[in-house]
Amino acid sequence: MVSRELTGDDGRDGPGAGPGPGPAESGTEGGLDGEVFVRWLRLAADEVERAADRLTELDSAIGDADHGGNMRRGFQAVREGLAEDGPRSPGAVLTTAGRTLVSTVGGASGPLYGTLLRRAGKALGDAERVPGAELARALRAGVDAVAQLGGAAPGDKTMLDALVPAVDALEKSGGTDFGAARTAAEEGAAATEPLRARKGRASYLGERSIGHRDPGATSSALLIAALDRAVYGDTEGDD
Amino acid sequence: MLINVPESVVPDALRGMAAAHPELTVDVERRVVLRRDAPVAGKVALVSGGGSGHEPLHGGFVGPGMLDAACPGEIFTSPVPDQMVSAAAAVDSGEGVLFVVKNYTGDVLNFDMAAELAEDEGVRVAKVLVEDDVAVTDSTFTAGRRGTGATLFVEKIAGALAAEGAPLERVEAVARQVAGDSRSFGVALSPCSTPDKGGPTFELPPGELEMGVGIHGEPGRERRAMMTSGEIADAALDAILDDLRPDGPVLALVNGMGSTPLVELYGFCAEVHRVLGERRIPVARTLVGNYVTSLDMAGASVTLCRADEELLRLWDAPVRTPGLRWGA
Repeated sequence: MVSRELTGDDGRDGPGAGPGPGPAESGTEGGLDGEVFVRWLRLAADEVERAADRLTELDSAIGDADHGGNMRRGFQAVREGLAEDGPRSPGAVLTTAGRTLVSTVGGASGPLYGTLLRRAGKALGDAERVPGAELARALRAGVDAVAQLGGAAPGDKTMLDALVPAVDALEKSGGTDFGAARTAAEEGAAATEPLRARKGRASYLGERSIGHRDPGATSSALLIAALDRAVYGDTEGDD
Repeated sequence: MLINVPESVVPDALRGMAAAHPELTVDVERRVVLRRDAPVAGKVALVSGGGSGHEPLHGGFVGPGMLDAACPGEIFTSPVPDQMVSAAAAVDSGEGVLFVVKNYTGDVLNFDMAAELAEDEGVRVAKVLVEDDVAVTDSTFTAGRRGTGATLFVEKIAGALAAEGAPLERVEAVARQVAGDSRSFGVALSPCSTPDKGGPTFELPPGELEMGVGIHGEPGRERRAMMTSGEIADAALDAILDDLRPDGPVLALVNGMGSTPLVELYGFCAEVHRVLGERRIPVARTLVGNYVTSLDMAGASVTLCRADEELLRLWDAPVRTPGLRWGA
């Protein structure tokens, strides 16, 4: 059983997102269907849209000031792709979205986010419903693929500093506690601030990258927050 | 800025290229620049690409004796794999394709994915990574040396060998040789401004310069008070020769970053020759001009490449592109 109480969530999603939508309706009991995944990506597109300027601002401190724009372009294309097709399996939704990101974002974040979703989607296969534990395993496969592609590890001041703790938390709860994953991702992103970048363009700054939050870890935390909201039935962004 | 809107800077430039260069096929939709006569039968094809804002690199180097195709990304943003896959398919004659990739995380990842996808479609792909910027010393703790001026050497020399009908393995080998034997160092006298931001992407007060700047304005080794052209040449060549140690003649590129006038670049070229003369390093060929630029940045870079006779022969071979042409 999953409930808001168990996740320790404080209802920060605002009214309607409290304990109301129970697990039977939209939690992980009986598995998550394709609709949850569509909702996840729409909410992620909303989050990215809202945070785009902030992502660019973070990126102009230690990168090249294009992360917000690139992510916005990519998730806009994902949203358009979702509108075109009817219901699909969770795996197909993620795989398609991953391909779209690869084809539209460019830079490093296109291949990295694209790989995350594609690899997770492939791991889910074509099942119509996916238990939470299965999703945790699929996300682990996606995150491992990102680490391999980017040659990075946690502590390098990258997306992984949000994604790895999120997947750890989700796995630890047997794929039930999405709120814990979200908290872990947000804490992980915040914890990149004192780190020195070792990968990507920020690495050229060396010591000067210290004191700035990593834009990739920040956008990764948005993605996990959107997943938490989608699993618990938050429908904002369904349009 | 001389633009319409920031979003259309790259497609607008491509439409202009198409208008000015009927010898090229410019596909604005797919964002690829191709030789009009591609695929050239029996020839290995060269494909490069990267973020826009470094013109004439790469689109300006498409033509006989150099690249078969270029894939321009958004300003300072690497292209997406679809561009390289479509370029590779359009220029492959069956002899295979060499990807020339500058060492930036985004370029490397997108070209890697493109190589896999193109191979799935039956195109034989080899890759060469250009990483010549000696300003990045700490490569264990960074994404590694950036690809800058040596890209022109690799594209010209490997392009000449491909034009002679050499097989993919040999074209790849000479590209690796040139990439491995080239080193660069750049300085910025002013920051560059991206259309998206509408202003400078980094702070560089007048009267100061960034020693070892990257071609996107990445920070270099240190910030210094303004120096003379001669002092800059001394410092740049110290950094390069610390690493390269040529035992014979070199090819030299004295490159402008975008808004430094040629009269200053030639003055700087004289200083570069003076330093090399003092070090008893013969300069076999010199190219001066704006070739690997950073939008409107003021400043210059020097690239040296160890050159044997075969490399010089390939350097001198005919080339006919919008950005570089001789002997043809």
